[in-house]
Amino acid sequence: MSGFDVERVRRDFPILHQEVRGRPLVYLDSAATGQKPQAVIDAIVRFYQHDNANVHRGVHVLSERATEAYEGAREVVKDFLHARDSREIIFTRGTTEAINLVAQTYGRKHVGPGDEVLITQMEHHANIVPWRMLCDEKGATLRVIPVDDRGELVLDAVDALLTERTRILAVTHVSNALGTVNPVKELTRRAHAKGIPVLVDGAQSVTHFPVDVRDLGCDFYAFSGHKLFGPTGIGVLYGRLERLEPLPPYQGGGDMILSVTMEKVTYNRVPHRFEAGTQDLAGAVGLAAAIRYLEGLGLDALAEHDRALMAYATRALESVPGLTLVGTAREKVGVLSFTLEDIHPHDVGTILDREGICIRTGHHCAQPVMQHFKVPATARASLALYNTREDVDALVRGLHKVREVFA
Amino acid sequence: MSSGELQDLYQEVVLEHSKRPRNFRVVEGANRQAAGHNPLCGDQLSVTLKLEGDVIRDIGFQGQGCAISRASASLMTGAVKDHTRAEAEALFEKVHALVTEGPEAVDVDALGKLAVLSGVSEFPARVKCASLAWHTLRAALEGRDEAVSTE
Repeated sequence: MSGFDVERVRRDFPILHQEVRGRPLVYLDSAATGQKPQAVIDAIVRFYQHDNANVHRGVHVLSERATEAYEGAREVVKDFLHARDSREIIFTRGTTEAINLVAQTYGRKHVGPGDEVLITQMEHHANIVPWRMLCDEKGATLRVIPVDDRGELVLDAVDALLTERTRILAVTHVSNALGTVNPVKELTRRAHAKGIPVLVDGAQSVTHFPVDVRDLGCDFYAFSGHKLFGPTGIGVLYGRLERLEPLPPYQGGGDMILSVTMEKVTYNRVPHRFEAGTQDLAGAVGLAAAIRYLEGLGLDALAEHDRALMAYATRALESVPGLTLVGTAREKVGVLSFTLEDIHPHDVGTILDREGICIRTGHHCAQPVMQHFKVPATARASLALYNTREDVDALVRGLHKVREVFA
Repeated sequence: MSSGELQDLYQEVVLEHSKRPRNFRVVEGANRQAAGHNPLCGDQLSVTLKLEGDVIRDIGFQGQGCAISRASASLMTGAVKDHTRAEAEALFEKVHALVTEGPEAVDVDALGKLAVLSGVSEFPARVKCASLAWHTLRAALEGRDEAVSTE
């Protein structure tokens, strides 16, 4: 773990240094939302204290500064994803809005009666419901790549599911409920061989390893700022320029137009065509600060930290009697979903909370994959760059306490 | 302090009822039923009962849920059996006050065994678990067919 000093990283996150329930806080819920480094908090404060104005329209100095900050953030995101062109970066409210944007523009234009949209059994509701809504509206069929008992996609089933009626493949890069890393490059290759575009839900991946959209080859890539240790309310849709250019607008309003008369509207160019109204400017600035912070630490070093901690945590949890990991994919990051004997995850979460340990319990907005594993809910501990082996040890002690209460 | 609150929440009686719930069955010849759902945690349960005139002659519940929701449902079936609808409603009011405001807010003696749910008031996130069965009972008594939700 060369150059990655987790204790130094922890000092950058003020929220971690507190006691809750009389215990030191152990935050193991970063798959729900990441905590924010001081650099992000400072960038947002600085924007409001010095540079705040509306963008793209003012003649004054503050508007210039705000525009520079906002468009500068777009450049930062472009480099982060290794996109070709900053016009391929659209700011949204988050992953959910990014996927809805594609469903409502690309989807409504290209999906018709009898067509198919292909997703997977392990999608978050954000990558199911927009497609379900589209299919219901258009009389199209939602088809699903199955998951095996490890929580990996059944790749043998994919080719038969990519049919001449498939209009898009929408797949998560990393499962939020299982931690499975999907082979999206290979899936994209297979879909493209049949001329089918691919959307990747990157909400859980960008936090754990470097992403290169050109290498993946996908057509759309979505992620959220708040999981990437940036603010809530901001997210990103990457779209290959040749995919975005022919698309109709998403929402109507200011900034997405070139000219408006009562008879005719001329829409703005990409990406502004997809950014109606005043965007979350400070959010974009905060997101850029988060990306710069992570790049300062080194994305590869960060990935190595996550891998090593994941391996340690997996061994540690497997040592707890009665614990069953849900999702044991060979490629896995960030997420440890589990059940503990027949103790309901909600009870596990409550007892851990009293030990100062924050985990998520429930269906993780991924009910179809829970149904596959025949559990209504799991407990989920998720890891991030500021987590340590001590955090994992505290979790294990907490789980022993849960077993005592229910003994 | 924190472990004291945990002991209050997971009292022996609560754990015992969650492991071996009473009246965990579909009532034969039931003339009222309803389903309840807590979308936050995925808990689902159904209540079936036989209403004779105004009196709950038999009641059972089924479903899956956490220790608190199962214990509350189990205790509820014992508490309302052979009582009138009005008495069941009044009891729900008391239980609701108990789990939201704590034991000081109610006449604990009037609650009988249900008093073991008092620890829930220290855990706001668990109030919905404790009240799910009761909302479902109310729906069954009112003859509502649609599933009730805690949300």
